[in-house]
Amino acid sequence: MKRYFSFLWQCGRISFVGGWRYHTWMTVLTILSLIGLYAYCQQLVHGLVTTGMTDQVSWGLYIANFTFLVGMAAAAAMLVIPVYVYRNMQLYDVVVFGELLAVSVIIMCLMFVTVDLGRPDRFLHMLQRFNFPISMLTWDVLALTGYLLLNLHICGYLIYCSYCGREPSKAFYIPFVFIAIVWAISIHTVTAFLYVGLGGRPFWNSAIIAPRFLASAFAAGPAFIILTLQIVRRYTRHRVNDDSLLTLRRIVQVAMIINAFLLGCEVFTEFYTDSAHSASAHYLFLGLHGRSGLVPWIWTAIVFNLVATVLFVLPASRALRTLNIACILAVLGIWIEKGMGLIIPAFVPTPLGEIVEYVPTAHEIMVCVGIWAFGLLLYTVFVRISVPVLAGELTHEKRYGEPARRVQGVQSS
Amino acid sequence: MASHSHSLGGPSRRQRVAPASRRWGHRRDAGATVTRRGFIGKGAAVLAGAAGVAAALSPLRHLSPNDIPTAEKFFQKHYKEMTPEDKQAVLERIEREVANRHCAIADVQAHEPLDGVEFLYALNLSRCIGCRKCVFACVKENNCSRGPEIQYIRVLKMEKGSIDVETSDHHYDPSQVPEHDSYYMPVQCHQCANPPCVKVCPVEATWQEPDGITVVDYDWCIGCRYCEAACPYWARRFNFAEPTIPRDELTTDMGYLSNRPRPKGVMEKCTFCLQRTRRGRLPACVEVCPTGSRKFGNVLDPDSEVAYILKHKRVFVFKEDLGTLPRFFYYFDERGSRYHEPIAPVAPGGEA
Ligand code: SF4
Ligand code: SF4
Repeated sequence: MKRYFSFLWQCGRISFVGGWRYHTWMTVLTILSLIGLYAYCQQLVHGLVTTGMTDQVSWGLYIANFTFLVGMAAAAAMLVIPVYVYRNMQLYDVVVFGELLAVSVIIMCLMFVTVDLGRPDRFLHMLQRFNFPISMLTWDVLALTGYLLLNLHICGYLIYCSYCGREPSKAFYIPFVFIAIVWAISIHTVTAFLYVGLGGRPFWNSAIIAPRFLASAFAAGPAFIILTLQIVRRYTRHRVNDDSLLTLRRIVQVAMIINAFLLGCEVFTEFYTDSAHSASAHYLFLGLHGRSGLVPWIWTAIVFNLVATVLFVLPASRALRTLNIACILAVLGIWIEKGMGLIIPAFVPTPLGEIVEYVPTAHEIMVCVGIWAFGLLLYTVFVRISVPVLAGELTHEKRYGEPARRVQGVQSS
Repeated sequence: MASHSHSLGGPSRRQRVAPASRRWGHRRDAGATVTRRGFIGKGAAVLAGAAGVAAALSPLRHLSPNDIPTAEKFFQKHYKEMTPEDKQAVLERIEREVANRHCAIADVQAHEPLDGVEFLYALNLSRCIGCRKCVFACVKENNCSRGPEIQYIRVLKMEKGSIDVETSDHHYDPSQVPEHDSYYMPVQCHQCANPPCVKVCPVEATWQEPDGITVVDYDWCIGCRYCEAACPYWARRFNFAEPTIPRDELTTDMGYLSNRPRPKGVMEKCTFCLQRTRRGRLPACVEVCPTGSRKFGNVLDPDSEVAYILKHKRVFVFKEDLGTLPRFFYYFDERGSRYHEPIAPVAPGGEA
């Protein structure tokens, strides 16, 4: 127990230690998070009028980001599957980064849901009268918290073992790894069902949404991890070999192609049928009755996605610089597609045919940026802690066993 | 977070902090300087951080006392779990709140559904002239917010020959209604027998009562707006801001599940004026309609007007394909419509 507290203490300590780049990065993130907190406090005082949401478009940027992030959280599964199921050990040393990403992203998800609530002070009602299993939202709450706990356990355990300098015992984490893989699929599927199950919203009421979710998640998540690993590789002394990056590239490659294919299927169904039910799709891609707020967004997303797909497919993306560009395009493209492109158009036109466009307010954007900054802050701290611990540079032995020697290496990284 | 800025750690801080440094004796040691400066930096960073958090939280000082839940409110039970005594206490609390905030003496009651009653609404599309009197009567009766505006009824101006709401006009504003070549279709909560809004609510803050009315417990709703996304008739309204009601326009005859004033951040909707209809009165919209287009009653009573309409008129429900089973029917007159020339004397009892 004492050792565990020393572990937590060391984690806390080390997250404040780093070079000037680290400090600048963390300071900027902290300031952004605080600005977000400020905007959220204003929202608490004045209500959700501070956002651009209306009775017509009753979900906006918050839920859009939430949707995208649920997808990202699956990234962990995409790393874990090859390692544990196919015994492809190339990715072994990066699995923890994926799971840490899942942890920070799920925390962001929960924050996005919370800021979207009109009465966050009543969250306890969730425990008192939980409309399970009828309401999909309750499934989602369970799925997300479960996934958070699973990943916290797995990476917490692995890192702690490394800190203690002992081999992790398989019985303590391998079963959870397998549960987490299934769970990762379930968080997307359940989140997709959240939307798919609404008969009054034809734009969502299509069976393809859940597979599209999975495909885009399995592209955006690993793409983001590639970017993280590039940074880890560049600025810390952690070794990440090219092979893991290239394995990840292959995953993104396939996922991007499937994603493009599914998007094509959807676009065909909507536009070839051309029934009244495709009004939302018209609004999204072409604009409806002269309103076209989302058109530039979705075409940007499509261009980004296509360019990224082509880059991933071409051998050029074996060069790490091209790979980075492709990853950034993929993440941005999917963010727009899953967020603005999936959530907002379902509300335009309304079930009564009214067209009200949604424009996020500065407040809303500040809250979103704040949550993103906080999430990145968390993730940076996690990576900051896990790199030296997993490299065996920071262990209980070294910290408390040999008091004479300070861990210089860690401080100068 | 740990910034190296020294701006806040002036000389006095330096003196206070420096002796605490473990390596005071080795001032020349480069590492020691780093440690000492690190300490000052840390102090400054902690201060700056605290100031930042305080600044970020500062808007909360404008939080109105009504928004901070008292223990009584916080631990209030779900409406369906309340004992009669609990209900009494809650109703009294609400009356006190109304007195404080609206300076009015209100009579708040928890109206129970009546046995053997299932309410049903029928609306005559041949007669409605789109005057929106129902909209105003509803806002007044149900203490809906006037700013931001919340209205349960939306009257659509439809193109003659089409039932497609997408070609409808929500914001028609001519000098005189009705207009040529259009008809009007008011839409409000259809009190579905298979309501998607109830299904999706994660906390059971909204449910269907035995008399068919879907209600919201404003003290239970967490404001996730999932039900608003689920309703195919766009019948739910959310309090994005604190609702405002002019003092002299408050309807003081209030129901817990219906027209009592709502707080911000919760959902509300049409309740068929249950504060009236559960005591044998008609909904405000029915009462005010100048053309008699609106009919309301107990469908289980075979002698009621709505039972007659259901049996003899050409009724239809909106978006039948969604399987929501609305308790709100539209119908057209075969004769006597404002679109036809009046026809010879109506046979007694022939037209409703
Ligand atoms: S019309 Fe909408 S709000 Fe009314 S019961 Fe049906 S789904 Fe619920
Ligand atoms: S907004 Fe309120 S009533 Fe509607 S689903 Fe959410 S908690 Fe339930």
